[in-house]
Amino acid sequence: MSHDPPPEQQTPRLMPPGPLAHPLGAPLVRRDARDKATGSARYAAEHTPPGCAYAWPVPATVARGRITELDIGGALALPGVIAVLTHENAPRLASTDDPTLALLQEDRVPHRGWYIALAVAETLEVARDAADAVHVTYATDGHDVQLTADHPGLYVPERVNGDFPAVRERGDFDAAFAAAPATVDATYTVPPLHNHPMEPHAATARWSNGHLTVHDSSQGATKVREDLAALFKLGTDEITVISEHVGGGFGSKGTPRPQVVLAAMAARHTGRPVKLALPRRQLPAVVGHRAPTVQRVRIGAGRDGVITALAHESVTHTSTVTEFVEQAAVPARVMYTSPNSRTAHRVVALDVPTPSWMRAPGEAPGMYALESAVDELAALLDIDPVELRIRNDPATEPDSGRPFSSRHLADCLREGAERFGWQPRDPRPAVRRHGDLLLGTGVAAATYPVYIGATQAEAHAAADGGYRIRVNATDIGTGARTVLAQIAAAALGVPEDRVRVDIGSSDLPPAMLAGGSAGTASWGWAVHKACTALLARLRDREGPLPAEGITATEDTRLETAERSPYSRHAFGAVFAEVQADSRTGEIRVRRLLGQYAAGRILNPRTARSQFIGGLTMGLGMALTEGSSLDPAFGDFTACDLASYHVPAHADVPSVEAYWLDEEDPHLNPMGSKGIGEIGIVGTAAAIGNAVWHATGARLRDLPLTPDRLLPHLA
Amino acid sequence: MKPFGYLRVDSVDEAVRAAAGQPGAQFLGGGTNLVDLMKLGVETPRVLIDVSRLPLDRIEELPDGGLRIGATVRNADLAASRPVRERYPVLSQALSAGASGQLRNTATTGGNLLQRTRCPYFQDTSKPCNKREPGTGCPARDGAHRDLAVLGHSAHCVATQPSDMAVALAALDATVRLHGPEGERTVPATDFHRLPGDSPERDTVIRLGELITAVELPPRRPGAHSRYRKARDRASFAFALASVGAVLAVRDGVVEHAALAFGGLAHRPWRARAAEEVLRGAPATERTFARAADAELAAAEPLRDNGFKVPLARALAVGVLADLAARD
Amino acid sequence: MAGGGRPRDAGAPHPVNGRRSALTLTVNGTPHTLTLDHRTTVLDVLREHLGLTGAKKGCDHGQCGACTVLVDGRRANSCLLLAVAHDGRQLTTIEGLADGERLHPLQEAFVEHDALQCGYCTPGQICSAVGVLTEAADGHPSHVTPDTAGSGAPVALTADEIRERMSGNLCRCGAYPRIVDAVEAVAGTAAAGVAGA
Repeated sequence: MSHDPPPEQQTPRLMPPGPLAHPLGAPLVRRDARDKATGSARYAAEHTPPGCAYAWPVPATVARGRITELDIGGALALPGVIAVLTHENAPRLASTDDPTLALLQEDRVPHRGWYIALAVAETLEVARDAADAVHVTYATDGHDVQLTADHPGLYVPERVNGDFPAVRERGDFDAAFAAAPATVDATYTVPPLHNHPMEPHAATARWSNGHLTVHDSSQGATKVREDLAALFKLGTDEITVISEHVGGGFGSKGTPRPQVVLAAMAARHTGRPVKLALPRRQLPAVVGHRAPTVQRVRIGAGRDGVITALAHESVTHTSTVTEFVEQAAVPARVMYTSPNSRTAHRVVALDVPTPSWMRAPGEAPGMYALESAVDELAALLDIDPVELRIRNDPATEPDSGRPFSSRHLADCLREGAERFGWQPRDPRPAVRRHGDLLLGTGVAAATYPVYIGATQAEAHAAADGGYRIRVNATDIGTGARTVLAQIAAAALGVPEDRVRVDIGSSDLPPAMLAGGSAGTASWGWAVHKACTALLARLRDREGPLPAEGITATEDTRLETAERSPYSRHAFGAVFAEVQADSRTGEIRVRRLLGQYAAGRILNPRTARSQFIGGLTMGLGMALTEGSSLDPAFGDFTACDLASYHVPAHADVPSVEAYWLDEEDPHLNPMGSKGIGEIGIVGTAAAIGNAVWHATGARLRDLPLTPDRLLPHLA
Repeated sequence: MKPFGYLRVDSVDEAVRAAAGQPGAQFLGGGTNLVDLMKLGVETPRVLIDVSRLPLDRIEELPDGGLRIGATVRNADLAASRPVRERYPVLSQALSAGASGQLRNTATTGGNLLQRTRCPYFQDTSKPCNKREPGTGCPARDGAHRDLAVLGHSAHCVATQPSDMAVALAALDATVRLHGPEGERTVPATDFHRLPGDSPERDTVIRLGELITAVELPPRRPGAHSRYRKARDRASFAFALASVGAVLAVRDGVVEHAALAFGGLAHRPWRARAAEEVLRGAPATERTFARAADAELAAAEPLRDNGFKVPLARALAVGVLADLAARD
Repeated sequence: MAGGGRPRDAGAPHPVNGRRSALTLTVNGTPHTLTLDHRTTVLDVLREHLGLTGAKKGCDHGQCGACTVLVDGRRANSCLLLAVAHDGRQLTTIEGLADGERLHPLQEAFVEHDALQCGYCTPGQICSAVGVLTEAADGHPSHVTPDTAGSGAPVALTADEIRERMSGNLCRCGAYPRIVDAVEAVAGTAAAGVAGA
């Protein structure tokens, strides 16, 4: 957890020599870079307590039914097997608000891949073999895993993810749309998508004198501890959850996932420390996925391109275990002038794995559809798509009427266009040929809301002149360790290398999880507040510090509970240049450029990496990534990294990210907005729009693989 | 993965003897596909006979001007080999288009030929599959089959052979040298892989206990050029949706020799004899090439979701042949 | 015209019973003699038996590259290598690249270029890049090497060459452009060094 700044000679610094730069906004090298580049950073499965046993889960092989017989005799007979946990013998868990964690508690199978047993053995090899040796008989019911836009089970939920209302109406959409001189009515589909962080979900658990200690691959150890306490009926002080280094999550580690519960159960059941890393192929079924969406967007506009009617209606699925509704129509409430508007969600509970957060839930699929439709409108009216968006840039948030705390979408569009070399642009599709390749450019807007979560932080001044920050933040690759040190140093007015930052353990003051692009804002605010309080106490003192130093602890419960009178969002514009092979239908991105307005950027080095990372995942969403549910078997058809195509190096050419210096006094003491998710937003639309410009084919179903484009090529 | 025995052998004879004496024995080369499938429970050898250190790791000139490639030559070394790059570029290109640098460093020539289908049902032991468990059925036919066969499939199996290298070998009229309990024999590369018919469990004509010892290439045909092209979902590190390996010799604007093979379309590299028939003696024009591709692909029987492979294969063939023709 | 030219060794792993053998792996210069279940992969030996957790398990099936190590100097996916079949081999892992406190130039470059985020693919990326530098210097072609390139001559590592050659190493955080920058910087220095020599 603890992380001392490495000695100067070990880590190259890009800070100019000379007087101390203001640590906020300085491009400091991330503090854990050296540990990660040398392999010494340890992740959840890389702690092996003495006597550690290995676990391997057994997934259900039916899509809906009940277990009628579980034969674990063969598994138990294998040399080296310690136990096989099933619903018949596993520790009983209390129920919580997350039914996906009610593991091995009953015989019901709600979807294929649901865990029904866990083999525990002396070695990994034996555990895997034992899991294969568990024989299960099921009584099956008919299952349904196919989402259709007219599924009879569709209903309007009360709320959608993010706690937004499912339906919002303003004005009279139907009348305005009917009266509009120009209309677009198009339906877009996004397939199920998988987070697939490079580190599979893993946990190592041990019980010692009634205390449970878990190394878990999680985006927020505070929430993991709370849920484990509820499940195992323990006090939170009887549990320590450590998430020191986390190999990505992208939402799929936002709340506790099966590995941590199973590892803790197995450790309790066997009396041994237990390590469990979920096999890659099993992840799609148990860690959440981006639910597929079928989105109909209708836009009515005047000949001048000003939008008079806008409807965004999304259909999606959830599981029978719990309701999760991807809020795809929500960004349409924020983006454009639309006096007559309808944004609505419907969902159907199918026998599918439970969907959950994947980078920019709602915004990523929703802005794909909306920004593609806006491009169709621009083409219809022969208005430059950059200009069309600027014409529809609202003065206040259309849905709520609240003023924006800051909104620089138009500036992003203009500046991005300039950097990208958008003009001169021939708007006609399919006229740029380079050998067999057709070339085109596209643009889309991006947005992501400002979230904030209550956090407590402790700032400590030591007698030796050093400072130490303690907060249960999680660094999932964002650079949190580094940026929090910068925030503390700036607040304290000391050099950044005098500040030690301890994060990644639930024994530290409780914090918001690393999600919703809210980590830095949430943790940073608490750190800033604690440092400010510490500074005040230091100022009031005379003489040397006591040997034990001085500590200030502050939390942001009050500040974060206060509802802002402003609509607060980051905005951006994405520009893409693509090539489509006119023979094979293979589409590749040539250039991708994102221009953002996201408040103050606290560390340009790590921030740029995050923007570029989001753009890259958006590239995957556009061109390579997608799964589907197998109607016969009920599981995902692309479950490994050979069939689910995460972009590879060769798919990702020039990707650039820039930002405006945005001052926004209505956010937090740092003036920052979140940057972890906005990069994926709009990217698929920019690429799809560029594909239309290159080929003349308006493809509305992601991903844009050769089979999708080939039928449109002469 | 079930426990298994392990035996390292020092000679081909020893390998073959060992295999004959051990039920459930399988040869281990680079292991990139075998170990993968063992982890999935698809392959369950009782003993592995490690042939990866046999002295079959050389590429040798043959007296007739051909080339003998030892079965344990690594894919990366074969792709980098000077005679291969200079005389059989289609082979070097096919190898470089496959897998990743790491896998090419490990995978062997023999193992590459024996790699098994990527059909998702074959890889999942919780589902039926005639190739894995004869008689259980083929859910791919009505299921997820976008990546599967359009040519030569049967009611029992619609799997495709995933090797890029094998496509090049088919176009090059290579020969596979096998050593078994009954001695040595050779099989043309075009006949090495089978169509599924009613016994899809057999990928190749290899007999029980036989070991691939080498692949032999005939001398390069004077005046011929060769090339491999692959279409895939991702720019690199992805299996072929469809691919083409071609050897073409053109004289005075007329096709003198043509050998064409498709990958990703069938249970074996698909040597396009009907197309070659059209090409031979015809003017080397895009029109001819398209006619040739159409002649071959007329036999295609696409499934519900993989019809795109037909125009894709056609486009690849026309493109590659046009490129080769432009060399003269 | 040798192929691999891999070193042959005299002995073979010593079977303890039908399922386990005693064998020796040399890891970062240190020989380790172990008795292992035949099913054990090189990756699991490193991570679970030797405490060398730098090589990562991302997919366990050769599909992500996080487990990349060097075997007798060449990069390979250690998750697909059975340890028993690698008796006598020399393995280099991420832990063996630095010279004491002095990082390998590629490690330095990754830190300097911020060529990592979550860090989980990073050791594999770096080991893979070490292999790429050698392969390019040895004249190994890639899918994007022009046909006209001299057979066997060192291949210049352009950004496109690096992207293609590194494609066996997935990075979900999307650090690719910066990884390419880092590798390019080291490749450029290496090439300059050769030219200057």
